Order: sequence, then structure tokens, then C-alpha cells
Amino acid sequence: MNAPAYNFAYLDEQTKRMIRRAILKAIAIPGYQVPFASREMPMPYGWGTGGVQVTASILGPEDVLKVIDQGSDDTTNAVSIRNFFAKTAGVRTTTHTGEATIIQTRHRIPETPLGEDQVLVFQVPIPEPLRFLEPRETETRRMHALADYGLMHVKLYEDIARHGHIATTYAYPVKVDGRYVMDPSPTPKFDNPKMDDCAALQLFGAGREKRIYAIPPHTKVTSLDFEDHPFEPSRTPKTCALCGADDTFLDEVVTDDKGGRLFVCSDSDYCEQHRAAETTA
Amino acid sequence: MEPRLQLTGVTKRFTMHLQGGVRLPVVAGVEFAVAAGECVALAGPSGAGKSSVLKMIFGNYRCDAGQILVQHDGEPVDVARADARAILELRRTTVGYVSQFLRAVPRVAAIDVVAEPLLAAGVGREIARARAGDLLARLDVPERLWALPPATFSGGEQQRVNIARGFLPDLPILLLDEPTASLDAANRTIVMDLINEKKKCGTAIASIVHDDDVRAHTADRVIDITRFAANSACSGEVDTGSPIRTCARDVR
Amino acid sequence: MSAPDAPLLLAEGLTKYYGRQLGCRDVSFSLYPGEVLAVVGESGSGKTTLLQLLSTQLLPSAGCVRYRMRDGVTRDLADLSEAERRFLFRTDWGYVHQDAALGLRMNVSAGANVGERLMAVGWRHYGRIRGTAVQWLDRVEIDPDRIDDPPLVYSGGMRQRLQIARNLVTQPRLVFMDEPTGGLDVSVQARLLDLLRGLVTELGLAAVIVTHDLAVARLLSHRIMVMKGGEVIEQGLTDQVLDDPREPYTQLLVSSILPA
Repeated sequence: MNAPAYNFAYLDEQTKRMIRRAILKAIAIPGYQVPFASREMPMPYGWGTGGVQVTASILGPEDVLKVIDQGSDDTTNAVSIRNFFAKTAGVRTTTHTGEATIIQTRHRIPETPLGEDQVLVFQVPIPEPLRFLEPRETETRRMHALADYGLMHVKLYEDIARHGHIATTYAYPVKVDGRYVMDPSPTPKFDNPKMDDCAALQLFGAGREKRIYAIPPHTKVTSLDFEDHPFEPSRTPKTCALCGADDTFLDEVVTDDKGGRLFVCSDSDYCEQHRAAETTA
Repeated sequence: MEPRLQLTGVTKRFTMHLQGGVRLPVVAGVEFAVAAGECVALAGPSGAGKSSVLKMIFGNYRCDAGQILVQHDGEPVDVARADARAILELRRTTVGYVSQFLRAVPRVAAIDVVAEPLLAAGVGREIARARAGDLLARLDVPERLWALPPATFSGGEQQRVNIARGFLPDLPILLLDEPTASLDAANRTIVMDLINEKKKCGTAIASIVHDDDVRAHTADRVIDITRFAANSACSGEVDTGSPIRTCARDVR
Repeated sequence: MSAPDAPLLLAEGLTKYYGRQLGCRDVSFSLYPGEVLAVVGESGSGKTTLLQLLSTQLLPSAGCVRYRMRDGVTRDLADLSEAERRFLFRTDWGYVHQDAALGLRMNVSAGANVGERLMAVGWRHYGRIRGTAVQWLDRVEIDPDRIDDPPLVYSGGMRQRLQIARNLVTQPRLVFMDEPTGGLDVSVQARLLDLLRGLVTELGLAAVIVTHDLAVARLLSHRIMVMKGGEVIEQGLTDQVLDDPREPYTQLLVSSILPA
């Protein structure tokens, strides 16, 4: 039920228009961080306010919403955000990737390939891929404007010099449409290839940092690397203990205090679907 | 046939601003020419302006009046009026200078000091060094010294490195300022031979030699610089460098 | 004379005022490929202002700087876009700071410092980048085993040599140097000067070197410009200006050198 005091999806219509304008700009310049006037939301910074604002701005009464956190529909944050939209928008919610029209996610991309009728909304903590190399905002803006990304490669070079390989395992920087370098949010590098030539629209919202960026459907997204140290979407070489998948991103679950552990698909919906398919097969 | 080198009306004076602007005339109206294959010796007592004349030909000193014509690529070039680039070009291709004392760059091996002008002229490193070695050997500089910087050598050894450097390239004009001053009799003879060989190759040489014997064996003509003396205010020329530096130091 | 090659860098009437304070006035010269120009003067002479004007780090109050780009076209540097300027700085030019820390990334390895420019112009092969860095470290006489150490743990002389390597790796045609041997021990200075001299000749670099040390000017430069109070007092062939100085100030400067 809608509490009568809230507008549809919590935000007022003017705010939604402002955010949609930012989204359109972001789509027009793939990978470019568009500043927007991030609103105060009923959850603190660091809890997905950016993603929530993007979702709120594009949500319509006919949409079907899925919310995941680290691949799972039933963690506290996923549940909480899903309930938020159920309460303020009254939209249908689902845990099935295939059924959703909007999927809001924290730190993972669903294993099930997405279609052209779907929108994937990412929650982003730090949108600036160069932030930890160059703390000055004035300087990073200039670097993006001039496509001056030598520093990024310096970091990758340092990794190889120090560890023998590129040590970044999540939030692995990508080049979008051959122009802007982008932080894909803290998704594991295993998920990077999914962003490339994706049929769905990918939107990224950072509430605290007040930035929105986007990857339009079917855009070229390449992970930064060296010719002789090419990008590898690595995963734990194990199979899911529940569904037997050997090509999904796995979570490690500690089962006892004697060192026992098992690996299960991080994407809970995919795992469930896969299990169902296995039993019927 | 044009003389390789021709001086006309060459005049030089130093103005000592640090000593109230006192003017030191050095030479006035110097006039002589040197043909290809000829060696002309400049003679005169210390302070007469001989080194100054050589330095003006090399472009190291400025010239207040007159012309210093040097044949370069078939055309006469007036050193007195040439700009910095032109003089650098002349030094690379036409005029060589063996100074009285070796001014060595620290840390560079003797053989590289000698080979440098050839390298600047575009000769390959290996060939340049080989030729440098041959000339050093001829000048009796032992091979064990070739890889060392000349700063630690004796005066005579340094001077022989200096001579090797000056004599190695084939420049049409060579200026020699007291080339045999710190050498013993045996090495003086070697240098005289080198000078005469250069003459046979057609090099025009202007030299300053105090040793009568060397002068007699190498010079075709002797020019008395005192003929071109201007009125002196002080002793004028000092061997170790320009009067500006030394006289000013006395003031302090 | 030689084939008519165009000047690489042209300064025309360069003037800079800081409010009412004069930085430098009416400086003009042409620099040709392979030529080294030393700009000497004491503190306040305007030599550093001039260097910054030439390298477009400051905008002139009057006059212009023109540079012949790699495609042969001579451009007024004030007309360059920010992107073009940055590209120039990264490829065709070098700038060696007096304090090496200003010209290096102190917390990043030496190899990355040398390789950065290469990566910025599109090199994407780690092995080749590293190999080139090793060659350059060797060339500036830094033990290649130290390639993974950050310059934070290098001595002053090593840092300066690393800075030089970092600047020369993209084979610039013009290098600006601001007191490159300032603050270094004498023996370290000698080694550095020798290195610079060798590299300048070997690579055919044109350079503008600002220094207060006449010995550095004599060793490294073909031409010299003496400045005082923002004005050019005298300019010409280095050995000529130093051995036969004409102007009173030049004579004072030359006579003030302590004999070794």
C-alpha cells in the first residue's frame, strides 16, 4: 500500500526529471560521469542511495523490480530496498532475473544474460576510476577530458612489477566505447565481459559522490590490460555445491570451525533455476 | 687561387668596465693571408697580441674592425661578422684550433677527447676511435692512458692529447697556439712532422711558435705582430686567458 | 652556410610582468635543432620566468613563442589547445626540474616513471615497456636492478638521472632544464653534466638550460644569453661571451668565478 504522503517511488516528479536528464546525458556520452543533484534519501550514504535514485526515476507502474546484493535477493539490503519500492511505488517485485524489467544490483551482474527490455542499475561507491591514483578532482576531470590515461596504465604496470600480474580483482577499470575509462563499480572482474555488447541498458548511480554514468545497449566495453598480460575474467576453479555449475561466480561459505567450506553460486536466482533445470532434465 | 685565410684591417681592443672603462688596444690593422699548404708563423714578444689574432680567426674573440675571410664551401665567409650558428658550422667543417692548454671535460677518456671532433663530423665511432688511437700512439701517448681522463696526465701528455685532437680531422685551416711548448725534443720533432704532413695535404696553417727550431722547420713565412701594435695602456695579453678575467682579479 | 633548416623554437619580444613587477622584457632568439642555449644570470635575472614562458607554463604579457611541430608546421604556442600542449609536453619536449621530486612520481617504481610517457602515447606491451625502461636506466647509469624501486629511496643524483631518463624516453627534440645540477654534490654534478653532454650530442637534442653556474654553461652550451633584472644583457657564442665579454655586467659575472 502507498502511504499517502509519498509520491510514486518516493522522489517528487521534478527530481525525477532532473535525474532522467542526467541519465540521458550519461547515455549520450557512454562512460562519462555526469554530476547530478543527489537528494537526501531515507537511507544513509553508502547504502545504495545512488542506485535507488536512478531506479526511482525510471520506475513505472508496469515495471517488475528485482533487487540483489552480492548476487543474492535475500540479504538485508536487497530485502530492504525491495520493500522500499514495494511500499512507495507498489510495483511488482520478483527474484527471477528473467521476469524483471529493472534490476538494481550491488556488486554483481546476474549470470543470466539480460535482454533489450531490461535495465540494470548499479550501486556505485566511488565512481572515479583514477581516484586512488590522483586525489585531485580538478586533475582527474582534465585527464578524462583529454583522454590522458597514462596514470591508469602506470598502476597496472606497478601491479605486474610487484606481483607478476595485475592485482585488481574487482572494480577492474574498463574503457567504454573506446573513449572513457570507467569504474564498473565493485563487481568482480569475472563480470566485466558481461558489460560488453550487453543487450540491456546499464545505469550507474553514486549517491554520495553525486554522479551518474551509463553504458548504452550493445556498447563496446574492454577491460584495460597489456598485450602480454591480457585480461582474464578469473573465477575460483570450483563447482557450485548446490547446482553443479562450473562457470559462475562462486561465494565461499564456511560450514564449520574445522576449516570446512563449500562454494555456491553467488547469483542465488541463477543457482535455483539451474537446480530446477537439472532436476527436470 | 684565393688564399684560404685572409685578414684585412683587423683591430682588437678590450674595454675593461671593471676598471673604470679603461681601453686596452691589442692590435690594429692586422693584415696577412695564408694559402693552402702554407704555414705562416706569427712572431712577437709576449703580450703582442698573437694569441688574440688566432682567437679572432677562430671566433673565440670578437673583432672590432676589419675582415677575417675564410674559404668555406667555395665561398668566403667573414668570421668577424658571422653569427653564432655560422661560426659553429665553420668550426665543424673548416677551421681547427689547437689551444695552448688542454681544456678537458672531466671524466671523458683521452681517446674519446681526441675522437670527438671526428664524431661531430659524422665519422663512425669505431673508426674515429681507431684513428684517434693511431695518432696518440704516434705522439707517444701510451695505450694504458687512452681510457683515462686527461686531467690526471702530465702537462706534456695533456698537450699531446690536445694536439692529437686538433690534428685528427682534415680541416682546411688549422690554428696552432704554441703546440710544442711543453714537449721534449723527441716529441717536438713528431709534431713538426705532423705539421709538415698537414701542409702537404694542403692545409693552411697559422701558428704561434716560440721555439726557433720548430719555426724554422715548419713556417714558410713569419709575420711580426708588433708591426700591427696599437698603443698599449697595460701589458695587455696574459697567457692563461683573456685580460678581463686576470686584470679584474687583480682589482679585487 | 648549411642547408636552410628552419629554427625549432623562436622567441619574439617575450615579455612578462607580474602586476607591475617585471619578470623579463623583450627577449628574442631562435634555437635550431641540436643547439644548446644556456640562459645565465643571478637570482632575479628573469631566467626562470623566461624558461616558464618558453615552455608555456606562463602566458606572456607581450611577444610570442613559436615552435616547429613534428609535421614541420611552425605554430604560435599560445594558439595550441590544452590537449595539444599536453601532448607536446609528453612527446616532443622534456622538462628537467631542479628538484627531481617535482619531475617524478616519487611513490611509483623507477620503471613505471620511465614507462609512463610510453604508456601515455599508447604502448601496451608490458615486456617492451619494461625493456625500454631498463635500457634507459642503463643509459643514465642507474643500475637496472633498481628498476622496481621508487625514487623515494634514490639519492639526489640518481633521482636527477631518473628524471632525465623519464624525459628522454619519447625522444623529444627540445629539452628545458632548470638548474639541472643545482643542489648536487660536486662529483655528482660532474657526472651528471658529462651524461647530459653525451646525451645531447648523441640524440641531437636542442636544449634551453637555465643556470647560474657559468661552468655548466661553458660545458653544455653552444650559445649563451646573459640576463639581469629581466633584460638580456648579452648573447652569443658561449666561448666568445665568456672569454671576450663585452658588457660590464658580463665582465663582472665572468670575473667573479673563483679559480678552482
